[in-house]
Amino acid sequence: MLEVHDAVVRYGAITALHGISFEVNQGEIVTLLGANGAGKTTTLRMLSGLHAPQSGQIMFEGQDVTTTKAHMFTSLGIGHVPEGRRIFPQMTVEENLEMGAFRRRGSYTEDIERMYETFPILKERRKQIGGNLSGGEQQMLAIGRALMGQPRLLLLDEPSMGLAPMIVDTIFRIIGEIRDSGTTVLLVEQNAAQALRLADRGYVMENGRIVFGDSASNLLTDARVRAVYLGENVES
Amino acid sequence: MANLLHYFASHLATLRLEFWSLLVGGFATGVMYAMVAIGYTMVYGVLRLINFAHSEVFMSGGFASYFMMRALIGTSTPSGTWSVVLVIIGVLTGGVAGAAIAMLLERIAYRPLRRRNAPKLAYLISAIGASYFLYNLAGKEFGRINESMPSPYINHTVFTIFGAPVQLYYIVIFVVGVIMLITLDRLVATTKLGRSVRAAAQDAETASLMGVNIDRTIVLTFVIGGALAGAAGFLWGLGFTGVGFYMGFTPALKAFTAAVLGGIGNLRGAAIGGLLLGVVESFSVAFVPASYIDVIAFGILVLVLLFRPTGILGERLGRSA
Ligand SMILES: Nc1ncnc2c1ncn2[C@@H]1O[C@H](COP(=O)(O)OP(=O)(O)O)[C@@H](O)[C@H]1O
Ligand SMILES: [Mg+2]
Repeated sequence: MLEVHDAVVRYGAITALHGISFEVNQGEIVTLLGANGAGKTTTLRMLSGLHAPQSGQIMFEGQDVTTTKAHMFTSLGIGHVPEGRRIFPQMTVEENLEMGAFRRRGSYTEDIERMYETFPILKERRKQIGGNLSGGEQQMLAIGRALMGQPRLLLLDEPSMGLAPMIVDTIFRIIGEIRDSGTTVLLVEQNAAQALRLADRGYVMENGRIVFGDSASNLLTDARVRAVYLGENVES
Repeated sequence: MANLLHYFASHLATLRLEFWSLLVGGFATGVMYAMVAIGYTMVYGVLRLINFAHSEVFMSGGFASYFMMRALIGTSTPSGTWSVVLVIIGVLTGGVAGAAIAMLLERIAYRPLRRRNAPKLAYLISAIGASYFLYNLAGKEFGRINESMPSPYINHTVFTIFGAPVQLYYIVIFVVGVIMLITLDRLVATTKLGRSVRAAAQDAETASLMGVNIDRTIVLTFVIGGALAGAAGFLWGLGFTGVGFYMGFTPALKAFTAAVLGGIGNLRGAAIGGLLLGVVESFSVAFVPASYIDVIAFGILVLVLLFRPTGILGERLGRSA
C-alpha cells in the first residue's frame, strides 16, 4: 500500500532522515519505534507532504506521491493525527470534526454521529471549543477528525503522549478497532510495549535511519529492543 | 486650577451641545476605519505580519472609483435611482481595484519571501518598498494635488437625531459599510470558505493536513481585505478631502490602530476598534484643537501596545512570537 524508498529529508544543514526505506501493507498496523529525535515525526510529516524529501521516492497505492502537496493527501486517502494533537483551539468540537471532512463532497452528518458513538465524551463536548478540552479528549478529537476524511491509511504520531494510563488503554483499543474496520495504520509510539502488542510489524529508528524491522512478536522478544525500548516496561 | 476647571467645563458644554453630531460623524469615519482594519487583521491572522502596503490598496480603490465616477458623471448632477446605481458602481469599482492590488502585492511583495522562509523584517521592508512605489506611481501618474470626486448624489441633510443633522453622505457610508461588514462576518462564520480562513489562522499546517490549500487561503484573505479597503477608499474619496496619491497614509494608520485596539487577528475586534476609534477621535474635537486629532489616535495606539497589546477582544497575539 505504502512504499518508501531511500527517502532523505534535511532541515537546512541538519539531515533528519538519511535515506529510509520501509513499507506498510494493506490492513496492517505498523509501528515506528525510536528514541526522541530519531526521526519518527519527520517520517510521518514527509508522508503527508509537510516536508518534501530531497531524494528518494514515496509510492502510495501505486501512485508516486513524493512531491505531492500537503493539502492533497486527505483526498488521496491518507489521514494524519499529528504530534501534540493540534486541535483548532478556537473551533468547537463539531467544527473540528467538520474540518476533517473539508475535502469531502456531500453530506457527512452520519459520520459525525458515528464519531460521537465511538467517542461519547465528544458528543457531550460538541459545542465547546477545542482549546478547553483535556488532553485525552483532544486526542480522541484528533483521531476522530482524521477519520472524518475516510482515510485508507492513518498516520498516528504518539497518540498516548502525556495521557493517563486508563485513557491510553482506550486509545489503543480504538486504534485496534480502526484497523479491524479496514483502515491501515502507521503508528509512532514511545510506549513500545503496548504498541508492539497491538501491531503486526514494527521498525526501529535511530538517528534518522531505520536500523531494523520485523514482526511485532519477534521485536517484543528481541534482545536489542528489550534492552533499549522496553526497559522497565517489559513486565507491565 | 480654576482655569483648568473652567477649561473643562466649557469644553464639556461644547460636547453636550455637539454630542449627537459628533457621534454621527465619528461613527461614519469609524465605519471606514473598520473596513480598512479588516484587511490588516485578516492578513495578520494567516501570515502573522502587518501588510504595511494596505494604505495603497485603499488609495487604489479611491482612484479607480474616482476615474469611474468621472467617466460616468462628468459635470452632470445625478439623482434618484441613478444615484443609487452610481454608488453601487463606485463601491464595486473600488472593491475590485483594491482586491486586485492586494492580490498583486501578495504575489510580488510577499509570496517570494514566503517561498524562501524569509525573516519577518524582510516582509516589513518589502511592504514599505511596495507602498512607496505605489503612492509615488500614483503621484506621478495622477498628479500630487487632491482631486474631488464627482458626487453620485446631491449631499443634503436627510433627517436629524436630537437636533443633529444626518447627511446623505453618512447614510451612504453606514449602509455600504454595515452591509459589507455583516456579509463578511457571516461569510467567515458560516461558509466553508470562511472555515478555511479560520483554520489557517489558528494552525496553518494542520489546516493543510485537512485539505486546506494554504496558498489559496492567503490570496483569499488579501482579496477580501483588499475589497473592503478599496470600497472604503471610494467612500473616503466622496468626502471633502477627495482622492490623492497620499490619501491612504493617515486613514490606514488609523485603521491599523483600530485593528490593534480591537485585538489584531480578531475580525469583530477590528470592526469594534474602528468604530470606537472614529467616535473617540470625533469627541476629542470638543477638547483639543482639530490639528491634534491624529495625536489622539496614535496616543491610543501607543497606550494599547504598552498596556494591553492583545487589544479588546484579542487573546492570541502571543502565538505570533
Ligand atoms: N523544524 C526543524 N528544524 C530543524 N531540525 C528539526 C526540526 N524538526 C525536527 N528536527 C530535528 O530532526 C531530528 C528528528 O526529529 P523528529 O522527527 O521530531 O524526531 P522524533 O519524532 O523521532 O522525536 C531531530 O534531530 C530534530 O532535532
Ligand atoms: Mg516526534
